[in-house]
Amino acid sequence: MSLDTVENASKTPDVELPWAELGLKKDEYERVVEILGRRPTGAELAMYSVMWSEHCSYKSSKVHLRQFGEKAPQSDAMLVGIGENAGVVDVGQGYAVTFKVESHNHPSYVEPYQGAATGVGGIVRDIIAMGARPIAVVDPLRMGAADHPDTRRVLPGVVAGIGGYGNCLGLPNIGGELVFDACYQGNPLVNAGAIGVMRHEDIHLAKASGAGNKVIMYGARTGGDGIGGASILASETFDDAKPSKRPAVQVGDPFQEKLLIECTLEAFAEKLVVGIQDLGAAGISCATSELASNGSGGMRVELDDVPLRDSTLSPEEILMSESQERMCAVVEPSKVDRFLEICEKWDVIATVIGEVTDGDRLEIFWHGEKIVDVDPRTVAHDGPVYERPYARPEWQDALQADDANKLPRPSSSDELKAQVLALVSSPNQASKKWITSQYDHFVQGNTVLAQPEDSGMIRIDEETGLGVAIATDGNGRFAKLDPYTGAQLALAEAYRNVATTGAKPLAVSDCLNFGSPEDPAVMWQFAEAIRGLADGCLQLGTPVTGGNVSLYNQTGEAAIHPTPVVAVLGVIDDVARRTPVAFQEEGQLLYLLGDTKEEFGGSAWSQVVHDHLGGLPPQVDLERERLLGEILISASRDGMIDAAHDLSDGGLIQAVVESALLGGKGARLVVPDGLDAFTFLFSESAGRAVVAVPRSEELRFNDMCGARGLPVTRIGVVDGDAVDVQGEFALSLAELREAHEGTIPGLLA
Amino acid sequence: MTARIGVVTFPGSLDDRDTQRAIRLAGAEPVALWHKDKDLKQVDAVVLPGGFSYGDYLRAGAISRFSPVMETLIDQAKAGLPVLGICNGFQVLTEAHLLPGAMLGNDHLHFICRDQKLRVENTETAWTLDYEAGQEIHIPLKNMDGRYVADSYTLDQLEAEGRVVFRYVDFNPNGSLRDIAGITNAAGNVVGLMPHPEHAVESLIGTGRTDGLPFFTSILKKLVAAS
Repeated sequence: MSLDTVENASKTPDVELPWAELGLKKDEYERVVEILGRRPTGAELAMYSVMWSEHCSYKSSKVHLRQFGEKAPQSDAMLVGIGENAGVVDVGQGYAVTFKVESHNHPSYVEPYQGAATGVGGIVRDIIAMGARPIAVVDPLRMGAADHPDTRRVLPGVVAGIGGYGNCLGLPNIGGELVFDACYQGNPLVNAGAIGVMRHEDIHLAKASGAGNKVIMYGARTGGDGIGGASILASETFDDAKPSKRPAVQVGDPFQEKLLIECTLEAFAEKLVVGIQDLGAAGISCATSELASNGSGGMRVELDDVPLRDSTLSPEEILMSESQERMCAVVEPSKVDRFLEICEKWDVIATVIGEVTDGDRLEIFWHGEKIVDVDPRTVAHDGPVYERPYARPEWQDALQADDANKLPRPSSSDELKAQVLALVSSPNQASKKWITSQYDHFVQGNTVLAQPEDSGMIRIDEETGLGVAIATDGNGRFAKLDPYTGAQLALAEAYRNVATTGAKPLAVSDCLNFGSPEDPAVMWQFAEAIRGLADGCLQLGTPVTGGNVSLYNQTGEAAIHPTPVVAVLGVIDDVARRTPVAFQEEGQLLYLLGDTKEEFGGSAWSQVVHDHLGGLPPQVDLERERLLGEILISASRDGMIDAAHDLSDGGLIQAVVESALLGGKGARLVVPDGLDAFTFLFSESAGRAVVAVPRSEELRFNDMCGARGLPVTRIGVVDGDAVDVQGEFALSLAELREAHEGTIPGLLA
Repeated sequence: MTARIGVVTFPGSLDDRDTQRAIRLAGAEPVALWHKDKDLKQVDAVVLPGGFSYGDYLRAGAISRFSPVMETLIDQAKAGLPVLGICNGFQVLTEAHLLPGAMLGNDHLHFICRDQKLRVENTETAWTLDYEAGQEIHIPLKNMDGRYVADSYTLDQLEAEGRVVFRYVDFNPNGSLRDIAGITNAAGNVVGLMPHPEHAVESLIGTGRTDGLPFFTSILKKLVAAS
């Protein structure tokens, strides 16, 4: 086919373009024609199709996501909010921290290693694009049933990909989760989060301003990988009948990305950059249209100047390619030479591909002919917005009526003991060491806490000890039972995990993983989850700074559990005051903070023992979460506790077993008055933590909790080499360790 | 005046800044060296840090070994300049034939990151003076290609000459022959090991142990004594 120029498009209005193959709906295509006043060229169609895809345009989610802005709590910490590559918060002492969680779900199912690897690569480029040095990554994962053969295919590849990329970039992997559930069979969730740090004055934004400024593409050459990835891969339901989508997955080169980090930071340090954008989903289409639409003028791009890996690529393919490790910078003409010099120092290919213009059009040329002439806003920001119909599913009532509190409970101490062993050795509650030991958590020499701690913590100032903490959580079972409450529980757990380590929660990022938005039931789950999260963030005073939506996580009619993954970022003035999970010293007193109720809906116990999902999730009390957080932070700062662990999946017994195994010290537990042993050990009531208090601090700690009105119950003491529930059973640490640490290697190694 | 210790940055070096910090904490002055620059800036010793230089796509250390900086370094190491190669740095040293043997992929085929127990077998080298013979230490290990191999003649020679500096204890994390974690050249000025002493220098960070700090105090002591 000959070159389809703008001129040609005007003259040949009746040419049929493959808009459907590119993922556009008929009315969307008609809108493009209306905007342009003519049919689009092939190149323009390529741009609109990727930028208007669900993945890039948030067309189904936008109307709901607005709540994060409308309900945002007042926060002095927020420096850059939703809409940029990543949000930025003030953490004090002149430092700013940027963080974000994204999904790379579909690519990771198709090609686990590269899908997961490039997920890390993409989120890290978002962090660099804000002007920050990346300092850590986290990886929340959801996989199909642990013993399903396909999980053996997907999970090891995903883990190797995350490690292969992150380790080679020199970023410590400090947190994340791994949850198995049959609902993720065929739709595993591979979310990746990253944190970066910079000085306030170094914050950069994605905008092209100043006519005459040059647009420089640098990094890897553009190849044929990932073409259509955004539109076709991320925005359609998998369907067994269609041919393999493998060519649409990108291939990562972490070495190139490491060079990109260093050379970008050097250019920032010399103040050479006016605006910057990374090339991720939708590649050059996204970078040029976003830079131009966020800036003050237009942009002219010579597509011939883009360095190619494959000289046979068509202009449409170049515009859509999602080749990894590429960035786009806007640089004043007088600084171009120095910018190119720095790129050369790092052996990074850099080319001027265009410039900012006076006008308001994005014009792209190929072989001297104009092939794109659009208002960049219409590409980047004026995509379709859908008010998708949503309705509470008919089955929701029956699901909630199937009360987990009525499930048969253990009738003897022996049965109780057997269920504890079953719990701590179940794939979801078992140690994830086999996986985390494949990630470097030492590099950069600032890691204070890493998984399996409640939050990952990184020192950001060696002199003052200032540090940041991050935790990610999300319980799809709870969200399935009640999406509003489930989302708030995810927020509450991540918030609590940050506070448990002694850091003050500041801000939130989220990765919202759901099924098809074309299903009203899924849309209802989505709307409810966002409403819950936005309300929760308002109440806790932690604004959402950005995030990501991943829809179409379903195969045929079967959607995944609604899975909002919430990341909470916190700050700690001095990392020397952090609180670890592990029991430190024998003789220290164990206290349970918060109220324990009979709450088993969606619990790990109901899953492990009864393979059951029904009833209502635990209740959320965010004021209680806030109070608990304040107590944990004060106790950490004032040296009143030596260990702390949040109570979540698996309840108290799971937390105590983990603290005991990590510290190599056992515990003697006494069932408190008013509770039966089963509820004491297995309930998953929210707003709770267990802490180890040195005897010298007992009085002070109790007084503090009493004065602030937080229920506190003494439940035992750190002691011996067993977890001994008095009057019920004892399990030796050796026995527990074998049960807890043997499961995952047994399944995967 | 304190000792000046160079740290080479290759493209893909990851632990260069961490190593500089460890040198600083030991009381010496870190000096950044660049792979394209033959000039060693008159440093008193050099550390080749960990990382994935050139992505390790060909063979770990195989390309870095030909960097301009290595030309000078190889000559000076042969003349007695103290050199420490950590992880990728160790791989570069074997590729440069400053140390014998080679590193293959871990026998379990996974990247491994763990707090590794080692025994210090030789306290005569420039980098191990501050340890006691037979001392057992914990140092973080993290690598993909950490399996040390050499022919049995070379291994016997290393053993006979006391040039096995570190051995893995309790658990061999990668299938290294004879549990070898680190070795030295005949003169004792060039040492390479897979574990990362620069990650064990602060009580608050990483594993919370400081068992790696004596590497850096050792060299400082050696250099100060020589000056």
